[in-house]
Amino acid sequence: MLSTFWQVWIMAIVFGSMAGCGVLIVYSMRGHRKEETTQTTGHEYDGIEEYDNPLPRWWVYMFWATIVFGFGYVGLYGLGNFDGFLTVKVDGEPVTWTSTNQWKAEVQAYDEKLAPLFDGYLATPVAELAKNEEALQTGQRLFKSNCSVCHGTSAMGAQGFPNLTDHDWLYGGSPEKIKETIMYGRQGAMPAWQAVLGDEGVIEMAEYVRSLSGLPHDAEAAEKAAPAFAQNCSVCHGADGKGNQLVGAPNLTDDIWLYGGSTKQIQFTLRNGRAGKMPAQKEILGEDKVHVLAAYIYSLSQN
Amino acid sequence: MSTSFDHPEYNYKVVRQFAIMTVVWGVVGMAMGVFIAAQLAWPQLNFDTPWLSFGRLRPLHTNAVIFAFGGCALFATSYYIVQRTGRTRLFSDTLASFTFWGWQAVIVGAAITLPLGITSAKEYAELEWPLDILVTLVWVAYVVNFLGTVAIRKESHIYVANWFFAAFMIMIAILYVGNNLVVPVSLTKAYSIWPGTIDAMIQWWWGHNAVGFFLTAGFLGMMYYFVPKQAGRPVYSYRLSIVHFWALISIYVWAGAHHLHYSALPDWAQTSGMIMSLILLAPSWGGMINGMMTLSGAWHKLRTDPILRFLVVSLSFYGMSTFEGPMMSIKTVNALSHNTDWTIGHVHSGALGWVAMVSIGALYHLIPIMYGRKAGQMYSIGLINLHFWLATIGTVLYIASMWVNGIMQGLMWRAVNEDGTLTYSFVESVEASHWGYVVRAIGGALFLTGMLIMLFNVYMTTREANKQAGMVAAQA
Repeated sequence: MLSTFWQVWIMAIVFGSMAGCGVLIVYSMRGHRKEETTQTTGHEYDGIEEYDNPLPRWWVYMFWATIVFGFGYVGLYGLGNFDGFLTVKVDGEPVTWTSTNQWKAEVQAYDEKLAPLFDGYLATPVAELAKNEEALQTGQRLFKSNCSVCHGTSAMGAQGFPNLTDHDWLYGGSPEKIKETIMYGRQGAMPAWQAVLGDEGVIEMAEYVRSLSGLPHDAEAAEKAAPAFAQNCSVCHGADGKGNQLVGAPNLTDDIWLYGGSTKQIQFTLRNGRAGKMPAQKEILGEDKVHVLAAYIYSLSQN
Repeated sequence: MSTSFDHPEYNYKVVRQFAIMTVVWGVVGMAMGVFIAAQLAWPQLNFDTPWLSFGRLRPLHTNAVIFAFGGCALFATSYYIVQRTGRTRLFSDTLASFTFWGWQAVIVGAAITLPLGITSAKEYAELEWPLDILVTLVWVAYVVNFLGTVAIRKESHIYVANWFFAAFMIMIAILYVGNNLVVPVSLTKAYSIWPGTIDAMIQWWWGHNAVGFFLTAGFLGMMYYFVPKQAGRPVYSYRLSIVHFWALISIYVWAGAHHLHYSALPDWAQTSGMIMSLILLAPSWGGMINGMMTLSGAWHKLRTDPILRFLVVSLSFYGMSTFEGPMMSIKTVNALSHNTDWTIGHVHSGALGWVAMVSIGALYHLIPIMYGRKAGQMYSIGLINLHFWLATIGTVLYIASMWVNGIMQGLMWRAVNEDGTLTYSFVESVEASHWGYVVRAIGGALFLTGMLIMLFNVYMTTREANKQAGMVAAQA
């Protein structure tokens, strides 16, 4: 709410400017000729003269029309604390137009229209919904507008963003787990090991990690890192390096890499750690749409 | 001396300097524009080099065409017109020289800092604070020199062109300083004193009036001299010029809020900005009508005079874009047009069609005079005609492709499927825009070609003039 002073101030300068234009037109036309003329004002500037012609009539009418339109527009949309006469429907009630109310009204209208469809989807278990072609199409469209920025239009991921079409899951690939991930988000945290392992230790550990996936590595260096792995890394990644979906620790033995499997990238990960973030969608999309998305994503790995 | 200037008492040196640099910066700024337009069609053209990337060169393009090309054109013509219509030499030759060299220093400073990524990140106000201070000093010198010249004029009244120039330079001084109030933290970085939404409002208060006062009021001043002069006809209506002048300068300052429709700006501020933008239609058209009607009785001259053709077509584009602008500011239309290429097309129908064309027309009239020849007596009239057609076709291609792209993008972004999902992802709208970007780049390239032809024509004119002067000197 604006204070009385500001309300009066705004009204005065808005209406004053508009009325001022009107006064300017009236004043300029009063007592002046109505027909075109070849008479000049009598002055000359570097050879340029000016005719004493009246304001073109159609132009004056257009000017007035825009001023009247302006007053009408304020009447509809309001000004400061003055509510306009335009209304939109929010929660079933007509309320004053504001840009926020307009947005609410549009969203509610859609939600109302689509409620039967999405209620039906929500009542169907995710695994079953993944066989419904129409639901999958909707899921794919939701994915394209909301998820593809990170995971890619084909859901194959990118560095730091998991591929959703393989069978490798950080937090589990069951319908329930997928829905949980989308609903509440995930925080992946790989700590930085530089301080613990030291320069040499990081280099050796990277060789060890590569050996787990059967990639070319320096066997001697890898051998040296084995005790450190058992002592530090196995807590999350497991003694065999196969990971732990309860904490989102990746499987290191399948040659699938979230941040790249080159020696350089693994060293970087070890040295500086990594922080992954899947944002929670419950408040953004709502459970009904997340449910359909979960079905779509579940379907991607069911081939 | 038979080749002496027709008015040796005037300071033509500064006019000549600014006029030549207008053409040079026009070529540079528009070449930059064509390059970044091509980048949007073929992104590989940034060569993975930071200082060649769109984000850094785009502000360089806008600064170069608005403040280097447009600015030099305004300096040249305002200094020329105020002397001729006031029948007096400039108030101070020293200040005139300072404005020329100071302004060129600003431009060079911009050309170095912007590609380096040194920017305040405010649109059309990207320069960092040390350059802002230089701009302010030059501008104050300019205002003092111009108003000083008006004050010592020998003509009893002040010609309408000079009202527009005066309004333009005073408002730009206020707006520029207001928007650039900052707290410096280092030589290359400062932070705005305005918080959040207020900062956005102040930014567009400036941003839209860079259009309203720099690119409109200033160039209307140019129009009010060169159109009647080149047509050899009296101005259509003195009374219309008064009414549209006062209405234009009092309403334009309001319009900036239409850049912030459906944003965090309070609804009432958006609404007031919108209605003022719409009311602006009539004051804007007042200038177009006055220019166009000045030609009544002289229309036949269009057949033989490509300079007049530039001036008339610039008025047509001015009328068109000042109709389009108010329409785009209406909330419901803006909901479709905002953030699309339509906006870029709109800006360029003003920038290429109006600002550049009226300047080009004025320069073709004025440059020969600077070299002791008759008005409009360029090296080649045929090349002016060729330039005219390249510029017109280039502008039309530019605007049309951006209309198509803009409306297509707006419709694609809002298209919704039966199930409530968006029909298109953002990247699909980018993909669909490709051909529009190609056509836009071609349109821009045609316009640039015209400018290169102008540069050649100007060079040949100066060479011819110098040769004649040499022959006369030898005879004497």
